[in-house]
Amino acid sequence: MIRRPLRPLARILQARARGENPDAIERENLRLRHEVSRDADRERAESRLFVLGLCFALAFAGVGLRMGVLASTKPSEPRVAQGGAGIVATRAEIQDRRGRILATNLETAALYVHPHELVDPARAARELAKLFPDLDEARMLADFTGPRKFLWLRKVMSPEQQQAVHDIGEPGLLFATREMRLYPNGALAAHVLGGAAFDREDVRAAEIIGTAGVERSFDARLRDPGRANDPLQLSLDLTAQTAMEDVLASGMTLMNAKGAAGVLMDVHTGEVIAIASLPDFDPNARPAPPTKGDPTASPIFNRSVQGVYELGSTFKIFTVAQAMDLGLVNPETMIDTKGPMVKGRHKITDFRNYGPELSVDKVIVKSSNIGTARIALMIGAERQKAFLDLMGLTEATNIEISEARSGKPLLPPRWSDIVTMTVSYGHGFSTTPLHLAAGYAMIANGGTRVEPTLLRRDTPQYGPRVVSAKTAAQSLAMLRHVVTEGTAKVAEVPGYQVAGKTGTADKPKPGGGYYKEKVIATFASVFPADAPRYVLVVTLDEPVNTMGREPTRTAGSTAAPVAAELIRRIAPLLDLKPRIDPVQLDGITLTSN
Amino acid sequence: MTEMVYGAAPVSGGEPVLPKWWRTIDRWTLSAVTLLFLIGILLGLAASVPLAEKNNLPPFHYVQKQLMFGSLALVAMLLTSMLTPQLVRRLAVVGFVVAFIGLLGLPFFGTDFGKGAMRWYSLGFASVQPSEFLKPGFIIVAAWMLAAAQEVGGPPGRAWSFMLCAVIVGILVMQPDYGQAALILFGWGVMWFVSGASLLRLFGLVGLVAIGGLAAYNTSDHVANRINGYLASDLDPRTQLGYATNAIQEGGFFGVGVGEGRVKWSLPDAHTDFIIAVAAEEYGLMLVLLIIALYAVIVLRSLLRLVRERDPFIRLAGTGMACIFGVQAMINMGVAARLLPAKGMTLPFVSYGGSSLIAGGIAIGMLLALTRTRPQGGIGDLLRGRAR
Repeated sequence: MIRRPLRPLARILQARARGENPDAIERENLRLRHEVSRDADRERAESRLFVLGLCFALAFAGVGLRMGVLASTKPSEPRVAQGGAGIVATRAEIQDRRGRILATNLETAALYVHPHELVDPARAARELAKLFPDLDEARMLADFTGPRKFLWLRKVMSPEQQQAVHDIGEPGLLFATREMRLYPNGALAAHVLGGAAFDREDVRAAEIIGTAGVERSFDARLRDPGRANDPLQLSLDLTAQTAMEDVLASGMTLMNAKGAAGVLMDVHTGEVIAIASLPDFDPNARPAPPTKGDPTASPIFNRSVQGVYELGSTFKIFTVAQAMDLGLVNPETMIDTKGPMVKGRHKITDFRNYGPELSVDKVIVKSSNIGTARIALMIGAERQKAFLDLMGLTEATNIEISEARSGKPLLPPRWSDIVTMTVSYGHGFSTTPLHLAAGYAMIANGGTRVEPTLLRRDTPQYGPRVVSAKTAAQSLAMLRHVVTEGTAKVAEVPGYQVAGKTGTADKPKPGGGYYKEKVIATFASVFPADAPRYVLVVTLDEPVNTMGREPTRTAGSTAAPVAAELIRRIAPLLDLKPRIDPVQLDGITLTSN
Repeated sequence: MTEMVYGAAPVSGGEPVLPKWWRTIDRWTLSAVTLLFLIGILLGLAASVPLAEKNNLPPFHYVQKQLMFGSLALVAMLLTSMLTPQLVRRLAVVGFVVAFIGLLGLPFFGTDFGKGAMRWYSLGFASVQPSEFLKPGFIIVAAWMLAAAQEVGGPPGRAWSFMLCAVIVGILVMQPDYGQAALILFGWGVMWFVSGASLLRLFGLVGLVAIGGLAAYNTSDHVANRINGYLASDLDPRTQLGYATNAIQEGGFFGVGVGEGRVKWSLPDAHTDFIIAVAAEEYGLMLVLLIIALYAVIVLRSLLRLVRERDPFIRLAGTGMACIFGVQAMINMGVAARLLPAKGMTLPFVSYGGSSLIAGGIAIGMLLALTRTRPQGGIGDLLRGRAR
């Protein structure tokens, strides 16, 4: 049993001793204790009730205050909140170096359907098929009467088409706001710009992503909402680019070529002023990549940065420049050019027989394969490869066109002596025309490497030195001689002192070996030679000049005249003044008295 | 002696019932409740028309129903308020037992009206929600147990009442009816607090509730959605809350005018859970503040009167009753004002409702009965020198 203590013990014991019943005392004590605890409870409850009341008062005041704040704010038009991962539809413009627009955005609308909201699906399908001939009426009707609650019909529309759809008056035909990418110049600079397409889309907006060219390589920067109003400025010059594509297209037709590429580059800054590849396309409707046939024949193939070709004799100047830089030869050193030159199973010949020996300068001017091969043997495979590495000719260029990464030079698998000899005159080693332009820019700017870039920059690049300034000057003088007295006499443009080198290379057959009648004709040039500003590379694919008595395929009669026309057109556009040397007044002495 | 008594007019021992009732009742609370009921009718005229139209009934069908049930509720309130605290306790305990059995029977005989929670008995002409009647009953029973625990040598009433509370909360959560469960728990917590719970244990209870809430958040998508919707900074204007907030903003200080409101047409619960939005839109902040003030008057006056109460049972029961009434109103308005996560809870006496209105009337009647002026032994205190 549970024993309860007797309280107050002293008095109960006394009462017991007196023989009285202690229950009354105990009860009285209980009552007193009860009273005390009740009082304590009540006092505590009082304070806690006050706390409670205060809490309620504050809470009610808070609700009232909040209601007041809400009531005093302006109601905003109910707007569907953008989710956390909202679609950012903005995309920065692209401009040329003078701020002229190359790519911009246009507001348009996409068309979608809520079939369950259509009043008359049959009529809607009929009217839509009338407006958009590419939509099939029967299929639309099947969709409109099917179980689907939502479907897209068109991604973009002209304002007239939008109005016409609106005039159908169907509540189930709805427009989604869109911004579309627009290239106002059409096909101009198509390969540089690439193209853009819609990615994620919903009824509020659609994301535009770059699918090729600078649109793709600068995709993140162009989509950055913080830089939406900051256009991307390229190094291209719209007028020079226009002239380039214009002249190149005419040249391609005249020379019966199936393709052409042109690169115009500032030799100091590495900026690409104009770059073209023909045939081209309209980036507003970029064609899909071909699924069959030769991918390099597709218009979306970029011959100037993606296409790797054996660029032929244009490479000779690199061999000669390296030999001079190493002190192995100087422009006057005589080189044995007796042909044919036999090395193992291979036989190297010249286009014509140039006699038993030629000076180094003449080797370039006359474009002697044998002479160049002999110089290459002096250099040796190791040093030749290292030199090409140093020039950046053995890896893809870093130009900001996304396709350029696939323009990786084709190197010979083993670097034997015969490879050294063929590479020295540009065979068995394939690069893009852009690589060649960068190499010539190196010679033109005094011997330092430049990286071609498509971004506008106003300061020269100071890349690693490849050859000495003296070597560069001597090489440039040889290139000038090629134009004044060598294979490229047609390339002379009065007032612009063109220096350059032709290159005609037989096209390799897909199975091995070379075509006899198909060539890649290249002319790489620098102008003006006395103070080089620009390098221009023109490459024609399978050209035949049929204007003479018999058809010729050499670069001197195909690529060089096209390049000359280009320089004639473009140099004035680039504010380059022609310099006409004063007429020599023979036999007359000017005196003053 | 005999003839002096014989034939004399009979004299009643005590004071007459009605004058005594009128003298001792809290007339402020009574007036506030009546006003709230009238405001409810006024708002029902606007808010319930769309529902009536939707159900192809005469436009004021629900107003008439509200008037009928409201009158019944007022009568129930008046009758209850005339009871003595002891009688209140007796009847409430009986009512509690009945309601508890009703709650247990819900899974077998109840209906969910297609809302996914078994909460109602359908009686044909009206529906009855046992938890509405359980609430005042539980408050009284728990207060009784807690008060008994304060007696020297009394039973362990705190533990008993807590277990009872836990069982009811458990049943309600299983329905699921988180709102009523929270109200029951809150009511018990408040009474426990006033009855002298140690603060440490009180914080323990708060922690327990927090853990329970977290568990509900993690296990129930429904609860998680509500909380996420509340925490999100952007308000989706297509939700009920979006409409309600917009209605409050539209109303401004003086409202858009009687019958001019639009929100009642877009909100399915305009006549119940979001009646305050209708009030805000049509009559502006003025009416909203009046409604808040009326609830504040009821709660605060009741609490102040209970401060003077010496009887622990009356004190506790009154506190619990006033607090769940006030908190229910606060949650309803807090949700509409986006102070709290979305939780369907009616605005007592203002929202449309049949059985809930009568249950509310009974509860307020009990509160009135408990807060009636009574002799509080003030003289005794004075004599013993314990005067305040």
